Amino acid sequence: MKFALVGQPNCGKSTLFNQVAGYKAETGNFSGTTVTFTESRVRVMGEVVQLVDLPGCYSLRGNNPAEQEAARYLSSRDIDAVIDVADASHLASALELTLELLPLNKPVILALNMMDEAARLGFHIDGAGLQAELGIPVLPLVASKGRGVKGLFSKALEAGKNPNGKVHYAERNDVNDAITRHAMAMEIAQKFSVQGERRTSWQDRLDDLLLHPFWGYAILAIVLLGFFQAVYGLGQLIESPILNFFNHLTSILLSPLTQGSFFYEIALGVMQGIAAGVAIVLPYLLPFLFGLGILEDIGYLPRIAFLMDALMHRIGLHGKAIVPFILGYGCNVPAVMSTRTLEEPRDRYMAAALATLVPCAARLAVVFGLVAFYLGPLAAFALYMFNLLVIALTGRVLTSLNPETTPGLILEMPSYRAPTLQNVVAKAWFRVREFVVEAWPILIVGSAVLAAMDYFHISDVFNWLIRPLTWVMGLPAQVGVPLIFGILRKELSLVMLSQALGTTNFASALTHVQMITYATFVMFYIPCLATLSVLRRELGTRAMFAIAALTVVIGLLAALLARGVAIIL
Amino acid sequence: MTLLDAPQEVWLRVIEFKDQKLQDKLAGHGMFIGDRLRVLREAPLKGPFMIDLNGRQIALGREVVKKILVEKE
Repeated sequence: MKFALVGQPNCGKSTLFNQVAGYKAETGNFSGTTVTFTESRVRVMGEVVQLVDLPGCYSLRGNNPAEQEAARYLSSRDIDAVIDVADASHLASALELTLELLPLNKPVILALNMMDEAARLGFHIDGAGLQAELGIPVLPLVASKGRGVKGLFSKALEAGKNPNGKVHYAERNDVNDAITRHAMAMEIAQKFSVQGERRTSWQDRLDDLLLHPFWGYAILAIVLLGFFQAVYGLGQLIESPILNFFNHLTSILLSPLTQGSFFYEIALGVMQGIAAGVAIVLPYLLPFLFGLGILEDIGYLPRIAFLMDALMHRIGLHGKAIVPFILGYGCNVPAVMSTRTLEEPRDRYMAAALATLVPCAARLAVVFGLVAFYLGPLAAFALYMFNLLVIALTGRVLTSLNPETTPGLILEMPSYRAPTLQNVVAKAWFRVREFVVEAWPILIVGSAVLAAMDYFHISDVFNWLIRPLTWVMGLPAQVGVPLIFGILRKELSLVMLSQALGTTNFASALTHVQMITYATFVMFYIPCLATLSVLRRELGTRAMFAIAALTVVIGLLAALLARGVAIIL
Repeated sequence: MTLLDAPQEVWLRVIEFKDQKLQDKLAGHGMFIGDRLRVLREAPLKGPFMIDLNGRQIALGREVVKKILVEKE
């Protein structure tokens, strides 16, 4: 038995999915497609059901890749029942999609989600009338609180077992063209949904403040600053005790081995890899993802897009492209993935290229571990500002090469919703798991490999190979290997630096100018392996190489500029 | 008039889209000729418009707004 969840963006589809699948179930992101849909096995009333969460779509004939993927899936796969999730407070627009689903001739169940919110807005929906009109089961749902979930799935199970239940509406009407469908949806919605008195809600008042021409930006600045402050503060608080613990643990575990022997060096490398994951990356990554989850769930990100649209136009993009940038500060991988929501291929390319220049949490570790630690937080802050400037300049240059033809911003503002702890934690964990499962092993193996290379003096070859680059930037030859490893994982360019220089006190091996130059180059050059693979999946191999080459050029120019400025200062 | 010149908080009706591609795009978001809407607010520095379309709030960039012809109800 296979059910598909279909619905317009932000109707609570994935909330419903997570209620049932609970993130714990086996979920898989399918590669090879431009858009991921999530599948999971769930138990419904003692039966195992395959549940598919399709990307949100306004229409099956939509033109962004997410919508096309959903439409393709629905027409090609074997689905026993379609659960059409509708935002009850936007019934008319939700019914347009429903009317498109009916001719598919698969059992459709309409779930009117967010009934609580609709009631607050004064809507009275005649579910029984709607059911009679459409000829399909119509059920109320509050997915965020789990209300109505059981009833919905038992209905879906029933419908899936009796696929001969005729769909009345499709037989009576030819609803093939969008304008007729729109009119029909409006008509049905008006007939069965009555809106009582709509008071100016707190939501409207909140928007008056958060989207205010002055206060909106002031609050945005405070929110983002507070957010990063909280991430750094929390991260630093956790980082040093864990590092101390690991140093202690390492010395205990390695005590039976002879110092300087092959096994000692390898074991040390492995321990350093483990420690780097736990003590350097996780302290920043976890709070960041947690905070980001809260911002996402509240519904603030689209508001940021509204505020930033005008500014984003200056770099040749529109407001929606701000989301990849914000996500980029956490990790470039979801940032590149999120460019999918942009309709134009040119915008996707531009946004992805620029988002890879955003310093992710891993590069943050390099900037903080090197620049903030030895030169003070102000220098790190200046580097971040410099980064924004470089991104803006790159955007301008790319735009002049490839003039802006964006059709402009079209973005629905979701209602504000209180984030639930359960959802935010689950989402953060889901994203952290990716790091733990995929990146951490590479970090550990990479660390061990470097230790071996060091032991056999193979690293000299690599250092020699990229010596021209390091020489131009005035850096010591030993930083070559950390830079190569930085392509695997950005954290490695710091972790490996201590290996390569043979000291954890960088000040004894690098001058302040060299630290700034190195950190600047690391900020921009070649995205990490995970980002590269996602770039390839989203934009193709050629685009991946083009962006990688672009970042090396930008990194080199930026590093030379930063070096010049640092020498003068 | 275009939506760009429309006053705020006044109910309007869509009479034409100047661009077929845009018309299709907006149709995908559930906006068609004949729909009622009003302008709620405008972002500064030539930023986008926020409109109310059947109770949904949608942000539209200026290049979109100037291609939508409306009349007062």
